[in-house]
Amino acid sequence: MTPSARDLGHLIEADRVHGSLYSDTAIFEQELRKIWYRTWVYVGHESEIPNTGDFVMKSIGPQPIIMTRSSAGAVTLLLNRCPHRGNQVCTVPKGNARTFSCPYHNWTFANDGHLTAFAFPAGYSGQDMSKLGLGRVPRVASHRGFVFGSFAADGPSLAEHLGGAAETIDRLCDASPEGEIEITAGFLQHRVRANWKFVIENETDGYHPAFVHSSIFSVADSGIGSLYGQKSTALTRDYGNGHTEVDLRPEFRRLGRPLAWFGTTPERMAGYVARMNAARGEKKATEIMIDGAPHVMIFPNLFIAEIQIFVIQARAVDDTVQHVTALQLKGAADINRRLRQQTMGSVGPAGLLLADDSEMYERTQRGVQMRDPEWLFIGRGRHRERLDEHGYQVAHATDELPQRGIWRHYRALMEAA
Amino acid sequence: MPVPTADDDALLRRVERFIYHEARLQDEHRYAEWEALWTDDGIYWVPANGDDIDPEQQMSIIYDNRSRIGVRIRQLLTGRRYTQEPRSRLRHLITNVEVTDHQAGTIHAACNVMVFESNLRGETIWAARTDYALREADGDLKMASKKVALVNNDKPLHTLSFLI
Repeated sequence: MTPSARDLGHLIEADRVHGSLYSDTAIFEQELRKIWYRTWVYVGHESEIPNTGDFVMKSIGPQPIIMTRSSAGAVTLLLNRCPHRGNQVCTVPKGNARTFSCPYHNWTFANDGHLTAFAFPAGYSGQDMSKLGLGRVPRVASHRGFVFGSFAADGPSLAEHLGGAAETIDRLCDASPEGEIEITAGFLQHRVRANWKFVIENETDGYHPAFVHSSIFSVADSGIGSLYGQKSTALTRDYGNGHTEVDLRPEFRRLGRPLAWFGTTPERMAGYVARMNAARGEKKATEIMIDGAPHVMIFPNLFIAEIQIFVIQARAVDDTVQHVTALQLKGAADINRRLRQQTMGSVGPAGLLLADDSEMYERTQRGVQMRDPEWLFIGRGRHRERLDEHGYQVAHATDELPQRGIWRHYRALMEAA
Repeated sequence: MPVPTADDDALLRRVERFIYHEARLQDEHRYAEWEALWTDDGIYWVPANGDDIDPEQQMSIIYDNRSRIGVRIRQLLTGRRYTQEPRSRLRHLITNVEVTDHQAGTIHAACNVMVFESNLRGETIWAARTDYALREADGDLKMASKKVALVNNDKPLHTLSFLI
């Protein structure tokens, strides 16, 4: 029997969640309807389609999405399905096109989705063809170039959805001398046989790095390890709406060294530092370069991990793809090169960090199919949750405050009518 | 196609022996011996999203200079590289070995490779075209570059944490 979507109280409690939430295909189908095809989902970045007619293949959950910059200049999210017989109108990962033509019967669509031509038109004499366009994601909105789509025609605005977490995206853009980030280095696609929620919960799990990543910390001293120790002053934060952060700024401010967050020095990034000082003034630039870029999980699928972004795609209950690329700070060639090199080393299928995270995702996926115990415990640090100066809940870097926040929002979405 | 000389055949046999030896070290997780096959300026490259991307500008699955090859090996040797604990069981199958160029002490060679992997997740088949630049060093060959162009490098891939 399909579990009731109206009350998940029997599966989600304050400090534990039921294993079936990760493995039940009926629950996954409900997640598609209640979360992936309703709430705001990150799709792509405006810098991926800078010119009129540019397009790039993206996704919302299992649905392929063509993100285009239409001839009117607007970012449009199209579904890749011809309204005639369902054929795909786009089979390449990116390009530039004024129109998409279906190879089956030569129906042609503008890059905003509307039908512009169809073969042998006399056969449709007297019929209204005007509504036979490509499907469109009804709501598209962006924040600082980050494009989100919602399959719900009505609902909270993107600003309402992001809430306080919008500031983390601003913080990231502030790290660029021109106040913009760019996505230009192409994506690695890392597939795991695990449920998407194991992935997003791990992104702001500050408890695991000391163990899962001890191998790389012991052979390449990046300084990351100590950020997640018992004595760390870093914080976990719950912004609400499922958005969570590990705020490493307390540790970096304690160190007080610009670019320590990126394991480098102002001397080695002289071009970047000069441009930041010129753009922001030395005092403000120094503060930004001490604080570093954010480590934030924007529910349900955008993980900004200081130097890279992960776009998490749920494809099936136990099939998730992590699309990952280096962040590029507009106007900063020297730091961008290092951003690419460090990203390539750490993430993707062969990444020195992510291959081990992904191993944990797959083992936990197998684990929740075992019969006993049925629950997963997420109670770490409940006794030390407190409010920060902005009224958001914070706790120790290694506490499971973010996971509790993710599940609270998940439950609200799944129980909504 | 010109008729191969005895020297051509001898060179091909020598290259084949090197590639088979390298594959066996990979299959058997003999990390230190595999690392010793590299020149000091070696580049280990597994491109993504095509075979001819610019690795200085675009993301690759692996783009290791000699220093990072060393880090990768030392991590495997810790015993806590969990994606390889337990280690994958592996067999590299090598075919279509060709010497594509030979001058100034550097041999360029290529082959097709298929790898069968068995690990905790299950069984995975990997297929690639591999290009080598091999350099003479004290009577041995060493790898100055190895490029592994996976057939499906434009698709989502499972973890690739063994030495391919």
